[in-house]
Amino acid sequence: MRVDSGGQANRTKAQDRARSVLDARPEHSADSPVSIHAMTVAYRRRPVLWDIDFDAPARSLVAIVGPNGAGKSTLIKACLGLVPMASGRVEFWGQPLRQARGRIGYVPQRESVDWEFPVSALDVVCMGRYRKIGWFRPVSRSHKEVARACLDRVGMGDYADRQISQLSGGQQQRVFLARALAQEADLYIMDEPFAGVDAATERAIVVVLRELQSQGKSVICVHHDLATVGEYFDSALLLNMRVVAAGAVGEVMTQQNLHKTYGGRLTLLSEASEAVARSGV
Amino acid sequence: MTAAPPQIGHGHAPSLAAAGEPLPGWEEIVQTLTFQRGFNTTTVMLGTTLLGIGAGVIGCYALLRKRSLMADALSHATLPGIAMAFMLSAAIGIEGKSMLVLLIGAATTGVIGVVTIQAIHRHPRVREDAAIGIVLSVFFGVGIVLLSIVQTMSTGSQGGLSRFIYGQTAAMLTTDALLMSAITLIAIVSAVLLLKEFALVSFNEGFARVTGWPVTLIDLLMMSLIVLVTVAGLQAVGLILVVAMLIIPPAAARFWTERLRWLVVIAAIIGGLSGYLGSAVSALLPRKPAGAVIVLCAGAVFLISMLLAPRRGVLAQAFHRAALRWKIARDHMLEQLCEQAEDATIPASQVRAMMRRRGWSSLRTALFGSVLALQGWVSRKQGAYALTDRGRDRGQRVSRNHSLWEQYLVSYADIAPSHVDWSVDKVEHVLSDELVAELEHALAVRNGEPAGVAP
Repeated sequence: MRVDSGGQANRTKAQDRARSVLDARPEHSADSPVSIHAMTVAYRRRPVLWDIDFDAPARSLVAIVGPNGAGKSTLIKACLGLVPMASGRVEFWGQPLRQARGRIGYVPQRESVDWEFPVSALDVVCMGRYRKIGWFRPVSRSHKEVARACLDRVGMGDYADRQISQLSGGQQQRVFLARALAQEADLYIMDEPFAGVDAATERAIVVVLRELQSQGKSVICVHHDLATVGEYFDSALLLNMRVVAAGAVGEVMTQQNLHKTYGGRLTLLSEASEAVARSGV
Repeated sequence: MTAAPPQIGHGHAPSLAAAGEPLPGWEEIVQTLTFQRGFNTTTVMLGTTLLGIGAGVIGCYALLRKRSLMADALSHATLPGIAMAFMLSAAIGIEGKSMLVLLIGAATTGVIGVVTIQAIHRHPRVREDAAIGIVLSVFFGVGIVLLSIVQTMSTGSQGGLSRFIYGQTAAMLTTDALLMSAITLIAIVSAVLLLKEFALVSFNEGFARVTGWPVTLIDLLMMSLIVLVTVAGLQAVGLILVVAMLIIPPAAARFWTERLRWLVVIAAIIGGLSGYLGSAVSALLPRKPAGAVIVLCAGAVFLISMLLAPRRGVLAQAFHRAALRWKIARDHMLEQLCEQAEDATIPASQVRAMMRRRGWSSLRTALFGSVLALQGWVSRKQGAYALTDRGRDRGQRVSRNHSLWEQYLVSYADIAPSHVDWSVDKVEHVLSDELVAELEHALAVRNGEPAGVAP
């Protein structure tokens, strides 16, 4: 927004104009699990995300794709209120975050916590139930049963009583996924769930994602592996500070868009993107 | 039995006796430990024990939230508050040594200290450890200056203020002990009620925020409990050492358990025990500072925990490492024997030459050979080695894992074949059956279908 040096009157006029431009954009549907409206995020005055507009389609698996430093994690953290927005608005099913919290499941990055923490896998999954349990009350048996069932769903039923530092990276990731499942949400937001996991975990996560979709839930994942975007997801948001492209995977994941997203850094990745193109999605 | 110990006490501690503090007799020790030294001493001892329990419980959260050093700064920052509260109450004519007033003053500047740390830390050029160091020393310095001013005041009742620095249970009154106990009890009950919330925020703040918990409020509550325990412990342990009661028992307890609930319980026991023993010693030897004794007790428990704890202890880990090294050496030898001659016998000289190529000395080869023979992996007849069935099985398996891992590294991790072997040697011995199956699967897929589609 550029402002002429004409003083207060001009300034407000310019702001009005900017606002009317924003308002002229298509209004977001209440059906969309997440609508991001003119979001800008800056760290210490350096913009990380610039004027993001995005409507996530309902009941689909969405990948957020982009190079390192593109602001993928920042985007979902800003949506969830973990990072302050410089400007913009985020709505969940047409409601602000405050009213929608109970319907959102969250899988943070695995590296974001200290896995030496003295709790078992089951204890961590139970944290997904805390909101339903409320202040001061201990975790009841019925909540523990739900948590156990969630561990079973990700193939970790046998590890319920393990201390979390004794799990492999992939198993830890599955514990986080189980915790999100225990939230019984309608929208699941995941930060790099496939990062650095073993093949068994990757398969388990994919199965869970498909299950969630068939139950009518929506999933948004930050995803780093271009080769599997077409296989695992229906829609993609290509991000590099701005939205480069968004829509169905087949339409979005084109050579041209990827070049725009990754710039000169595509040399190593071009092979993978060609594989996506060849696989016919 | 009853007569001997006092003799020993007097005979062997001339320096103590010379200092005017004779060692107590056996009966006196038993009396103290069983709470038979009169109402005041008993109250103080029970109060200090409770304080130890409370500090142990609250300390668990400080440890897990990585706020231990913050607690140290907090306790040092209480000193100016104590001095100011004393001056203020003397000025407006309240009894200057009213414990409650002094403790409120202590809590006030303690909290101001913590807030100052946060404010300094927010500045991008100052790291948190520096901010803590600055606040700790500056507030303590202000306290010392104020204390010297108090000393020159004419009220006459200021003599006891310096005991807040080092702590002294022996000088505590029943009312002081009751106040300390009440504050500690409040802290313990709150901590137990908020166990779940504190655990959530300490483990994963982001998740707590997203699920709608007021993280800042919970953090504030946690910090308040640390303030309560610190302030409660000032008189008994002193502001320099009170932080040790918060840090040491949980750190020691961490060696014994992997569960938060047990961590809290064990830390409470260690803290309580330290408080009890420390105040007992202080009751027996009124000139010995209780705080130091309490901390030494806790420190001793920590040392024992660190050395002896199963799994996490130093000895246990050294044992595990040695066992793993032995297993690797055994596997190497069996693999070599197996590759050389699965069924035939090999003369010892040939084995020695073979192992020398791996960098083993003859002595080492002979030694491991004997142990392997003792454990039934090989049999030795007239100086020649032969694999037993068990040894052959193991050797074949190691050899197979070795080649699997080698193939995997070459085909997946893009490691040049010439560089593969050294890392293989370390990894192959820790491969689980699950991982081996995964490797076989991966390599089969790679050789069959290039697309890499999971079945």
